[in-house]
Order: sequence, then structure tokens, then C-alpha cells
Amino acid sequence: MSLATIDVSQHILGKNEALAKELRDLYAKHGICVVNLLSGPGAGKTSTILATIEALKDSYHIAVIEGDIASDVDAQKVKEHGAQAVQINTGGLCHLEGAMIKRATEILDLNQTDLIIIENVGNLVCTVDFDLGESFKAMILSVPEGHDKPLKYPGIFQARNVILLNKIDTLPVFDFDTDAFYREIDDLNPNAQIFPISATKHDGMDAWITYLTQRIEEARSVALSE
Amino acid sequence: MHEYSIVQGILDAVIPSAQQANANRVLAVRLRIGDMTEVVTESLMFLWDIACEERGELVEGAELVVEEVKPRSACVVCGTEFEHDRLHVRCPKCGSAQTLLLQGRELEITAIDVDV
Ligand SMILES: Nc1nc2c(ncn2[C@@H]2O[C@H](COP(=O)(O)OP(=O)(O)OP(=O)(O)O)[C@@H](O)[C@H]2O)c(=O)[nH]1
Ligand SMILES: [Mg+2]
Ligand SMILES: [Zn+2]
Ligand SMILES: [Zn+2]
Repeated sequence: MSLATIDVSQHILGKNEALAKELRDLYAKHGICVVNLLSGPGAGKTSTILATIEALKDSYHIAVIEGDIASDVDAQKVKEHGAQAVQINTGGLCHLEGAMIKRATEILDLNQTDLIIIENVGNLVCTVDFDLGESFKAMILSVPEGHDKPLKYPGIFQARNVILLNKIDTLPVFDFDTDAFYREIDDLNPNAQIFPISATKHDGMDAWITYLTQRIEEARSVALSE
Repeated sequence: MHEYSIVQGILDAVIPSAQQANANRVLAVRLRIGDMTEVVTESLMFLWDIACEERGELVEGAELVVEEVKPRSACVVCGTEFEHDRLHVRCPKCGSAQTLLLQGRELEITAIDVDV
């Protein structure tokens, strides 16, 4: 019997990190822009996806990967709006992992896809540390959830370069302090782009769509230049 | 953060390393976890013993030793290096948002202590 210390030096989520890298390379090769969409339950991920499909479906081939704990209602809605949809049931797991995205990606026709939107499980905490190989993460906060959410869940507002503030049509009925919200984001993620929108009323979508279009074109041109 | 996945991830990495070293037993697993991640150390600890037991004798009873890493950033504009909390990442000297996180997002297994 003797004691030894073995140097391991590994990322705790090493398996997931490796899968994410593999996926990122695959998407880059096909020139696909991938958005990992996160929010708490009911903030408007599906509504935002539908409005985005509506705006972009004549210009791009769009696929949606729907993560849900159990149902497939969101995937059905996406199909009705004319996009490819793959449903992942996490079977109780409260976040998506690389392995699930890999299986979903195998079902998609990548040569016929310009944009993949991943609707993550509605969860403000757990989804944050799992890289899915996305081009960027977008986080949705909805007005009814309150302006102090960034102080309570800083991680999810930090890991994202894009924050969509949804349901702005409800501002008159909630005491959401927009200035305080912008100040909090400026402290904890000063480089974030904030897009105020109303997904169901189609307000403020233009700025978001312009930004997304840029990212889609970027992904395309990188693939073409290789 | 879903600590269950984290704990399984740790064991997925630790067990092959210990086997490779022909260890009889893993006594301790050393981690570095940044404050900017969503991992809650207490929840990890809570799940750790149960998960180790499930994985069998090699890791049963192993101790989890967590070093928490405070966030530190460097300002690209004025060069200041500063420690900060989770909520304030701007440079305290010049106010710039152009900062690089030097540490604070670690999710690392650094080493394991084994009985060989
Ligand atoms: N007033 C208003 N309601 C909205 C808006 N966007 C979404 N909603 C409503 O909010 C509810 C939840 O919207 P979803 O798009 O299903 O939200 P989600 O984030 O996909 O929800 P989960 O997948 O269940 O986590 C629905 O009743 C939507 O009609 C908006 O901009 N304004
Ligand atoms: Mg939904
Ligand atoms: Zn989870
Ligand atoms: Zn500075």
C-alpha cells in the first residue's frame, strides 16, 4: 500500500466539451449558424422562434431542435410554420447536452440548412455550463419575470452575447424598471447586445433579424472561404 | 447547474485515470471550480458519496476536495488586473468593458490521490 497523487488536469465536462467541439467543426464545415436559445419557462422561446422563422423562411433553410422534458407540442408548432423540427425529450433532465444535439443533428439534412435554432429546456441555471457547439447563445428574459433577474441569475445573463427582452407589450402593466435592467446588464455583461421585442406582436423584431442575418452570412462565408 | 451530470462527469474522468495507474482505491479527488460557473459546491458534495457508492469499490468513500476560484480579469484598455464578484466585470480603474476573464470559469479536475 502506498499513496500517490496523479495529475489529471481535465475539464469536468470533458466529454461534453469534446462533443461540442466536434459539433462546432461540423457546423462550420457546412456553413451553418447555430443559436442556443435559453430562458426560464414560458419566457417566449417558442414564440420567438416562430416569429424568427416567419421573418427568415423565404431567405434561409431553417431547422429547429426542440428540447423538452416530455412533450412535443413546441416541435409541432414549428413544423406548422414550415421549418424542419427535431424533438429531443430529455426524459426529466433539465438541460440539453452535446450528445443529444449530436443525435438530433444526424437527423437533419445539413446541406439544406443555413440556420439551426436550439430551444433549450426552460431553466435559468443548469443550461449555462453546457456547450452545445452553438455559434452563439441568446438568452430571453420576459418583462413579467422582473428586472432584477440578472442579479438573481447572473450566470445566464453573462454567458450570452445576445439578450432578448421579450413581451415588451406588457411593460405598461408590470413594474419592470427598464433602466435598472440595462444598468445591471452593463455591470455584469457590458458587451451584451440587448434586443427589446414582442414575439407575439412582432415588435422590435427587425433589429434582432438584422443581427441574426449577419451571423448567418458570417457562418456561410467562413465555410465558403475554406 | 445540474450537479448530477457534473458528478458523473467527474467519475467518468477519474475512474479511467485511477485504473490506468493500477490504483486499488481513490482516496481523494481535487477540483477547481470558478465562481462564475453555476456549480454549487454543497450540492456536489451532497451527491458525491451516493454516486461514488454506485460506481463501486474503486471510488467508494473517496473525498471530494474543492478549491473555489475567485474571478479575476484584466483590462485590455489600461492593463489593470482586478478581482471582482459575479455581478461587476467592468474595469474599476477606467470603466472599460473590454476586459478578459483570467480566471473564474474553471470546471477542472486537477488531481486524484490514490492508493496503489
Ligand atoms: N403578451 C405577450 N405574450 C407573449 C409574448 N411572447 C410569448 N408570449 C406568451 O407567453 C406564453 C409562453 O410563450 P412560449 O413561446 O411558449 O414560451 P417558451 O419559453 O417557449 O415556454 P416553454 O417552452 O414552456 O419554456 C404563451 O402564452 C405566449 O403566447 C409576447 O411578446 N407578449
Ligand atoms: Mg417552448
Ligand atoms: Zn440540468
Ligand atoms: Zn481599465
